[in-house]
Amino acid sequence: MSQIRNFSIIAHIDHGKSTLADRLIQHAGLVTEREFRDQILDTMDLERERGITIKSQTITLPYTDKKGETFSFNLIDTPGHVDFSYEVSRALASCEGVLLLVDASQGVQAQTLANLYMAMEHDLEVIPVINKIDLPSADIERAREQIETELGLDGEAAILCSAKEGAGIEDVLEAIVEHIPPPAGQTDAPLSALIFDANYDPFRGTVVSCRVFNGSLQPGDLIRFMSNGAVYKVEEVGVFRIQREQRPSLSAGEVGYIISGIKTVSDTSMGDTITLDTDPAPAPLPGFREVKSVVFSSIYPIASDDYQDLADALEKYKLNDAALTYQKDTSSALGQGFRCGFLGLLHLEIVQQRLEREYGQTFIMTVPSVQYRFTLQNGDTVTVDNPQYYPDPVLITGSAEPYIRANILIPERYMGAVMNLCMERRGMNSQFTYPTPGRIEISLEMPLAEVIVDFYDKLKTVTQGYGSLDYDLIDYRESDLVKLDILVNGERVDALSLIVHKDRAREWGVKACDRLKKEIPRHQFKIAIQGAIGGKIISRSTVAAFRKDVTAKCYGGDITRKRKLLEKQKKGKKRMKMVGSVMIPQKAFVAVLKSDDE
Amino acid sequence: MMNNSQLPGLYVHVPFCGSKCPYCDFYSVTPRSQMGQWMAALEGEISLYKDRFPVFDSLYVGGGTPSLLDEQTLTSLIKGIFHGFAISPDAEVTMECNPDDVTPGKAVLFRSLGVNRISLGVQSLDDKELGFLQRRHSASQAERALACLQRAGFDNVGIDLIYGLPGQIQSDWCETLDRALEFEPAHLSCYELTISAGTPFARMRDEGVFAPLEEEEGRALFLATAQYLADRGYIHYEVSNFAKEKKFMCHHNRKYWKRTPYLGLGPSAHSFAHGERWWNVRSVSQYCEHIFKGRSPVEGSEKLSQDQASLESLALGFRTKEGLDETLFQNRPQAHKIITELCESGLVSREDGRILPTPKGFLVADSLPLLFY
Repeated sequence: MSQIRNFSIIAHIDHGKSTLADRLIQHAGLVTEREFRDQILDTMDLERERGITIKSQTITLPYTDKKGETFSFNLIDTPGHVDFSYEVSRALASCEGVLLLVDASQGVQAQTLANLYMAMEHDLEVIPVINKIDLPSADIERAREQIETELGLDGEAAILCSAKEGAGIEDVLEAIVEHIPPPAGQTDAPLSALIFDANYDPFRGTVVSCRVFNGSLQPGDLIRFMSNGAVYKVEEVGVFRIQREQRPSLSAGEVGYIISGIKTVSDTSMGDTITLDTDPAPAPLPGFREVKSVVFSSIYPIASDDYQDLADALEKYKLNDAALTYQKDTSSALGQGFRCGFLGLLHLEIVQQRLEREYGQTFIMTVPSVQYRFTLQNGDTVTVDNPQYYPDPVLITGSAEPYIRANILIPERYMGAVMNLCMERRGMNSQFTYPTPGRIEISLEMPLAEVIVDFYDKLKTVTQGYGSLDYDLIDYRESDLVKLDILVNGERVDALSLIVHKDRAREWGVKACDRLKKEIPRHQFKIAIQGAIGGKIISRSTVAAFRKDVTAKCYGGDITRKRKLLEKQKKGKKRMKMVGSVMIPQKAFVAVLKSDDE
Repeated sequence: MMNNSQLPGLYVHVPFCGSKCPYCDFYSVTPRSQMGQWMAALEGEISLYKDRFPVFDSLYVGGGTPSLLDEQTLTSLIKGIFHGFAISPDAEVTMECNPDDVTPGKAVLFRSLGVNRISLGVQSLDDKELGFLQRRHSASQAERALACLQRAGFDNVGIDLIYGLPGQIQSDWCETLDRALEFEPAHLSCYELTISAGTPFARMRDEGVFAPLEEEEGRALFLATAQYLADRGYIHYEVSNFAKEKKFMCHHNRKYWKRTPYLGLGPSAHSFAHGERWWNVRSVSQYCEHIFKGRSPVEGSEKLSQDQASLESLALGFRTKEGLDETLFQNRPQAHKIITELCESGLVSREDGRILPTPKGFLVADSLPLLFY
C-alpha cells in the first residue's frame, strides 16, 4: 500500500488539466506517440468539443522514482461543472491528494479557489503546480505570490511545468511520491469500497469504478451494495490503463473496477459503499446521498411515428446514465413523449446532444422546469414538475418552490454586476466572506428555477469567466406561482407553458414572445404570439407574413436546381412541428427562456 | 399553333457573348475563337439525338447571345437544326437577340431562316440604368432595333426588361415600361433584378458598392407591374411573363413550366423527357472534347421519383396563371384547409377545379409548394 498514490488534478478551466493528464499518461509509456491524441481521458466527442470533462475517468499509471522504487499512481479525473459537483466530491473522496494547477500567465482564478476548498474539505494534500511556464506572458513570481496570499499554500514549493512542452513532468511525478501520502486502511478489515463512477459495457454490463478503503475482493466474492442491500457475484476485477486490465484482486488503497453482472448503471449509486455479503463492514463510508433530478423537461418525437425509436434510444442511453430519469408523457400539441429528469441544465444539454448524435434521434425538448408543490383546498399536496399538470388555480391554497443556497466566488471588482444578477433572480439573505484579499464569496438563497435556465452562463458573462458557482438544495418555500401560457395564433401550446413567480410573469411573458418571434419562420399569414395568465394576455409579438419569395427567372430548363432547393427546405420542415397551421422549429421549444444575446 | 400540345421543344444554347453582364448567371464565354469548334460539336450532338424525338413544335435559340453569330454561322446553325430534326411547320421559332446586333439585314435573314419570334434583351430604356447593367447598347439603339424588327415583319417580338435596380423608384420603371409599350410588343418579360451567387453583382453588393432594394420595395414594384400591364390588356401568364394575346404566350418556355419534354443542345443545356432530366457540361471546351471523342456531353442526369415529380408540378404550377388541378392535392393532408386559407388571404383563387395563383400568390410562389408537405 505504501507504493500507491491516489490523486486528482484540479484547475480552473483552460489551465491545462487535460494536457497535464495526457503528459503523465505518456510519461508512463501507456500509449505510444502514434496512438496519442489530445485529451485522452475525455473520450466523448462532446467532452473534446466543449473542453470539459463530463464523466469521471480513472487511469492507473506505473511509475519508477529516482531511487528506483516502483509505484502505482491512480489518477482520477473529475467532471468540471456545478451539475456534477456530487460526482466530483465522490471522486475526491477517493484520493489522498491533488495537483492544483495554476496557469502561469493567468494566475489564481475563481475555480482554482473553489477547487482548493473542495480538496480541503476532503483533507487532501495539495501540491501547487504552476503550468504554462513556456508562455511569453508567464509571470511565475506573481503566480507564486498568489498561491501564497490567495490560497495560503507555500508558493516557493510550487512545481514549475509546461505540460504542453513536457517540461517539469518528472518533478511533478516525484512530488506525487514525496508529498501525497500513501493510502491508509487495512487489508484484513471487512471490505468497504466507494463507488465513484459506473459505465455501461454492452458485453459485460455495468463496470463500476471504485476506491477500496478496507479489505479486498476478488472474482467469486459476493458483494453487497450497502444503500439497497443488492447482492452480486464478482466476475472480474482490475485496473484502468487506457483499456481495462484484469487483476486477481483489489485491496485496500487501490482504485479499480468491478464487473459483477450488474445490468444497468442505474442499478448502482454514486457514493454507495460496496462490502462483502458474508463479512459486511459495520457502517458505510460517509457522504452517500441519492442523486435527485432537479430539472425536468419533456421530449417528443417530431414525427409521431418515431415514438418507438425514441423510446428505444432512451432505454439504451439510460444504461449508461443513472442520473437521467424518465417516464411517459402526453401533450395535446406534441403528442406522445417522455418527461425526463436531469441533474441540471448542463446534464440536460448533454443528454439532448448525445441522443441526437449517438442515437440519431430528432426530437423536441420543452422548457425545463423545477419541481413545484401546491397545496389544494382539500388539504392535499401535489408535486408538479410539468406545467401541463398545474392544478386548477381556484383549488390552490398554497404554492412553494425549491430554494438553493448558492455559493458564488468572484473577484471583488465584479461584485456590483453579480449582485444585480442575483437580485434580478430573486436572490435573498446574502452573506459575504472575504477568503483572500480581492475576492468575495457570496452566499445567498435563490429559487432553483431562477438558476436552471441560464444563470451560470450569465454569471460567467458578467464576471468574464472568473465567477464560479456551487449550490445545494435547501428547502421549499412559499412562493406566489402562476402558470404562463403561450398562444400561437390563438391556440394554446401546452408544451410552451411555464410555471413562474407572479412578479416575474410579465417579464418572462415578454421574453418568451420575443424569443419565439425570432425562432418561428415567417409564414404566408401573420402569426400572433401571446403570453397569457389565466384568460389575461400579458405580452404579445407578431411574426409578419411572408410576402415575397419567388425567383424571377425560371427558364432555360434547369428545374433540377430549383427542385433540389425545395427538397432541402422540405427536409428542414421535418425538423419543425406543426401546431395548428403554424410550423414551430424544434429548437424554439427550449429556446423560449434563453437570453437574447446567445 | 397548338398551345397545349405535348410535343417536345428544342433548345439550342449559343454560349457566346460580346461581354458578360454582371447580373447574368447563364453560361457563356466572351472569346469567339471556339465558335467554329462549337458549331462542329453541335452538329455532332444533333446526330446523337437523331430519330430519338419524332417531331418538335418549338425551337428556341438562346444563350449567350445568338444574334452575335455572323450570317454564315447562323445560317448553317439553323439549317443544321432543321436538317437534323423534324420541326413542325407551325412551330414557334424564337431567337434571342441583343439590340446592338439587330440590323435590317440581320432581321431579314432571321425571317428567311424561319425565325418567327424574337426575344429582345432590352433590359431598360434608360441610359443610366443600362450603364449600371453594363449593357452594350443605349436606349435609342434598343428602340431602333424594335422598329427594325417590326419593319422586317416580325409580329411576335418579346421585350426583356429588368426592374428593381438599386434606388429605382416606380416612376423610373414605369417610364421604361411606357416607352416599351409604345411598340405594342406581343410579349413582355419583366424580371426583377436577382443577384445570384458568384456573379460580379453579388461581389459588388457584398462589398457595399450598392444596396439591393428592400423586400417591400421589390414587392411593390412587382405588384405595380402586374397591375400596370393588366390595365393595358396584357395577360400575366407566368411570374415574370406577360402576353398581349393568348397566342403570344411563349410556347417554348411554357413547356418548362408544364413539364412537357424538351431537348437542350449545347454546353450547359438541360433536357427533360420520359421522367428523366439530364444536363450537359458547362464548358465549351469540355463539350467539344466529349463530342469529338465520340462521348456524350451529358454531365449528369436523374430519374425522377413520383415524389420528386409531384414536387416539381407544384413548384412550377404555382408559377403559372393556369395554376394546378385540384386533384393534385387530393392525397395531401390538410390540403383543403390550406387552400381555403390561401384563398382567404388572396394568394390563390379557385376556378373550375383549378387552383390559380393571383399576382400576390406569384410573389410567394417558391414557398407555396412547401405548405403541402
